[in-house]
Amino acid sequence: MEIKNNANNTAKSNINSPLGVGGSSYFGVGGSLSISIQHSMLTSEGKTNLEVCTEIKGNELLCLFGHSGAGKTTLLRILAGLTKPDKGRIVFNDIVWFDSEKRINMSPQGRNVGYMFQDYALFPNMTVEQNISFAQRIKDNAEVAKLMVLFDLEALKNQHPAKLSGGQKQRVALARALAAKPNLLLLDEPLSALDWDMRTLLQQEIKKAHELMNSVTLLVSHDVSEVFQLASSVMVLKNGTVVKRGKPDDVFKIKAPEYHYLMECL
Amino acid sequence: MNNDFINTLLLTGRLAGWTTIILLVIGFPIAYLLAYRRFPLKAVVEALISMPLVLPPTVLGFYMMVAYSPQNGFGRFLVEHFNTRLAFSFEGVLIASVIFSLPFMIQPLQNGLTSIPKSYREASYTLGKSEFTTFIRVLIPNMIPSIITAVAMTFAHCIGEFGVVIMVGGNMPGETRVASIAIYDEVQAMNYHAANQYSFILFIISLLILTLIYSINGKKKIFF
Repeated sequence: MEIKNNANNTAKSNINSPLGVGGSSYFGVGGSLSISIQHSMLTSEGKTNLEVCTEIKGNELLCLFGHSGAGKTTLLRILAGLTKPDKGRIVFNDIVWFDSEKRINMSPQGRNVGYMFQDYALFPNMTVEQNISFAQRIKDNAEVAKLMVLFDLEALKNQHPAKLSGGQKQRVALARALAAKPNLLLLDEPLSALDWDMRTLLQQEIKKAHELMNSVTLLVSHDVSEVFQLASSVMVLKNGTVVKRGKPDDVFKIKAPEYHYLMECL
Repeated sequence: MNNDFINTLLLTGRLAGWTTIILLVIGFPIAYLLAYRRFPLKAVVEALISMPLVLPPTVLGFYMMVAYSPQNGFGRFLVEHFNTRLAFSFEGVLIASVIFSLPFMIQPLQNGLTSIPKSYREASYTLGKSEFTTFIRVLIPNMIPSIITAVAMTFAHCIGEFGVVIMVGGNMPGETRVASIAIYDEVQAMNYHAANQYSFILFIISLLILTLIYSINGKKKIFF
């Protein structure tokens, strides 16, 4: 019952939010995300326990940084409701998304999270325009058109994803994630498949998407320069444990012992 | 071509058509459960569905005949409550045909569903879409070659069905005498010309269906 009510609240909070193009936020509720979870996961190095306890507030763009198998993607999946943690509690803007003690586990549909997958997961049977429009909870062609203008997709609106380049796919995936007016934006290595020039260019698109949403964004990245370009804060994960949390400047100080950790990650 | 010949071919088409339609309706939910859900005895369910691939048709036909008999539970229930006898009837053959053709529909659909990247389903869920909407709008359109293969394989298999039909339905013109039975019957009567006519039609239909499947699987990507 509680799950249903939560889902309704979430949906209600997003209705009637005008799409502000040109600086203003997309729906601008801000965000307060409280995470305290434990999850046993299987990595290439064996069984590891993911243990995260943190709060993310305002319109923070938090970068999850660490080795492969550190638990970055698992944490995003847990937040999206795609993976159920073993125990803990996740609360977003006073709405409980997960509480193992009270047996609450809101579905991905109820959480309204904009999740950008590593492979972008654009639907091959739909055109660019249809992919974006499919994401809307309430149909609004004008908003789809605005998003296409914003991400420079107008010329591609009738193309299918298979005909798009990596950078174009990334822009469509960002526009689609925003079309759902998400509470939270989760980006799983969005630029990893792109070349250096394209990465630099598309970092701006991610910034744009984050500013439009004006809520919390979590970004998984292995690229230190990307972290400095985009993130307002960094959380370093190592073997499922948070080993560092702070501003990029503080986390990646080129002095021991952080220096050693950075070099290890690189 | 006489009326018997045309009626036999029409009956064959009717049996194959209804079997395919019924299997298409029940095949999707079964394939979905097998592709995406874990449940106890799943391996047993999969094995049972695949049994017709290895089981002699006469074995299934024999069990169906026993089940339809008014002297046994199911057959008696049908007689007492619905005054219906399924043995030697089109409906009886149809039920047997549906059971015997299950793997030809389920397996291509299941393969089609499992070949779709998991991230498509998950992306749809995070965009607020239900499992049903995801199934209709995302999964089905991305597995059309598998659906066409499933439909064509089921239809083609039904057209050539012999063992189950003769065990359950016998050889009743207009009711259970399908083309494969007619070929056997005409050969037994040494009427080779009629047997040749039936055989040629079945050969051509099977060839066309298989050509369709191979040409679709050759293209694979049909949206782009």
